[in-house]
Amino acid sequence: MNIVACVKRVPVTEATPKIAADGKSVDASGVEYMLSFYDDLAIEEAIRTKEKLGGEVTVLTLGPSEASKELRDALAKGADKAVILKDANFGARDARATAKALAKKLQELNARVVFMGRVATDRDNAAVGAYVATLLGWSCVTDVVKLELAADTGKACRETEDGVETVEFSLPAVITCDKGLNEPRYSNLKGIMAAKKKSVDEVAFEDVANQQAVAKLEPPPARKEGRVVGQGAAAVPALIDALRNEAKVL
Amino acid sequence: MTTIVVLVEQSNGNVRRASLETLGAAKASGGTVIAVVQESEAVAPALAKHGADRVVVLKGDGRSSPDRTARDVAALVRETGAKACLAAASSSGKQLMPRIAAELDSTVFSDCTGLDLSGTPKVVRPWLAGKLIATLESNAPVFCATLRPNTFGLREAPAAGEVVVKPSSNVLKAIVTAIEAKAGGKLDVKEAPVVVSGGRGMKGPEHFGLLEELAAAFGNAAVGASRAVVDAGWRPHSEQVGQTGKTVSPQLYVAVGISGAIQHLAGMRTSKVIVAINKDADAPIFKVADYGIVGDAFEVVPALTAAVKSVRAQR
Ligand SMILES: Cc1cc2nc3c(=O)[nH]c(=O)nc-3n(C[C@H](O)[C@H](O)[C@H](O)COP(=O)(O)OP(=O)(O)OC[C@H]3O[C@@H](n4cnc5c(N)ncnc54)[C@H](O)[C@@H]3O)c2cc1C
Ligand SMILES: Nc1ncnc2c1ncn2[C@@H]1O[C@H](COP(=O)(O)O)[C@@H](O)[C@H]1O
Repeated sequence: MNIVACVKRVPVTEATPKIAADGKSVDASGVEYMLSFYDDLAIEEAIRTKEKLGGEVTVLTLGPSEASKELRDALAKGADKAVILKDANFGARDARATAKALAKKLQELNARVVFMGRVATDRDNAAVGAYVATLLGWSCVTDVVKLELAADTGKACRETEDGVETVEFSLPAVITCDKGLNEPRYSNLKGIMAAKKKSVDEVAFEDVANQQAVAKLEPPPARKEGRVVGQGAAAVPALIDALRNEAKVL
Repeated sequence: MTTIVVLVEQSNGNVRRASLETLGAAKASGGTVIAVVQESEAVAPALAKHGADRVVVLKGDGRSSPDRTARDVAALVRETGAKACLAAASSSGKQLMPRIAAELDSTVFSDCTGLDLSGTPKVVRPWLAGKLIATLESNAPVFCATLRPNTFGLREAPAAGEVVVKPSSNVLKAIVTAIEAKAGGKLDVKEAPVVVSGGRGMKGPEHFGLLEELAAAFGNAAVGASRAVVDAGWRPHSEQVGQTGKTVSPQLYVAVGISGAIQHLAGMRTSKVIVAINKDADAPIFKVADYGIVGDAFEVVPALTAAVKSVRAQR
């Protein structure tokens, strides 16, 4: 079975972004990157699927050459191949343009099951997985917290506001991974050595124009200066008073 | 005049509040509003009250399939020549809108907090977990977007609400075969008007009962948690608030024993009013809190619960 994990490199969550001089982009200088949090779950689920059903795992990113760092780590964990759709401008690509580039490559890779993150922790779109599946005419289950896969079918649980939904589907499919699906493993020295023999391919892709343009980036509105109403349980009446008469939320 | 299709969700036979907010936002943008619901027209009067000029009921075999719904909604958009398609940024809206957008060869704008459809469609939305606010413009053939719950407010705008029943299509790839409802109809943190969240300062899972009691005293509250607490297995990850959890915008957010790490703030900084209870006066949570109490959660929370109860009993 051809298994693919789509992963994206994003700014580290600790970072406070700086707005560039044009007022529309993020200043890239000094930004540190990490694998988007949920994509770690996608890699783990891809490797577990290989371990269970056999096949080969490819990790795929649309991004810069530097993403080979994150892809190498996935190879060290047990992925077999890594592909970078080389895009210096990946940060500016909208959901549709990203999905089109990935979908085309997934078809070439003859993928049968594709794992993605629930959401990339940069733009917080939560869109690429379902978009790709729709382009390809495949099944898709988003926000998956539990998964059983067989050769041609699968059963997944996803969390919604009302409870847990069970979804049955046929392959090929895109699964977007939510926290709780698995505990990602760490790479070890043996894996890291083995990964040295594996290749990270950089390939060009056909560019699709964005339909989304950034008009402006701003810092979030400053919150009104707050105050400490007091110490310990004795402060409760002052808090109640503030919530009722000032904030009017009680 | 533009036509806007709005996806409407139901929960236990009622329209989800976030869907009503979305309808109101669509109506306020001008144009004709078509609300789409699945299976049951019982909610049509409620939709008319909130701005639906037309209510389209997709009647199928009772089975729920996101790919089928997306295809049917996209077909409706094409038929009506609608220029926009909106849904709440709920779990259902978020999974459907990218599929609808893909059917319409349009990109998707997720989790918007501001909307302007008067000219070139524009949205405002948090980026990088709310560390930035972006204004985005669309040149997509159909403007597809999800709107963040608890942001646009409820608006009554009576409209005709003429009901049209349409059969849903018959190709299904993924099918929902079971739904295990939440215990006791508990509110989800994303939807609750009040969220009471606990962090490592609660010391152990056995003490979250104190927060459950405070939430119960408010009556309309959900219990949330920091990642530290979820990783420790004290609370389920469905309750985690933050960059790698849920983003919440309640009227009132009460953070108890939570330090206020940047990843936590990312998930709750757009709350209307923030209260922090923490024994460390220097905890970063106090920087975003409107009201803080410096103190031990185990003393403050029971006193607060009793006070909230008595205030609510008076009304
Ligand atoms: C990639 C990544 C993603 C992350 N995503 C998230 C996320 O989505 N959500 C999230 O919350 N975190 C997230 N984190 C973790 C985050 O950095 C913090 O580690 C976490 O939020 C800390 O949780 P806490 O505030 O409960 O614990 P702590 O930081 O340990 O704080 C506990 C607080 O409780 C107070 N306290 C102790 N005892 C008492 C008492 N008796 N009464 C009152 N107060 C008391 C202490 O003064 C302290 O301020 C993420 C981290 C990373 C690296
Ligand atoms: N540039 C990219 N390269 C590879 N995968 C991506 C890219 N962008 C998004 N994805 C995948 O889609 C998921 C959801 O991203 P998003 O829709 O941007 O929130 C991510 O977790 C990845 O699995």
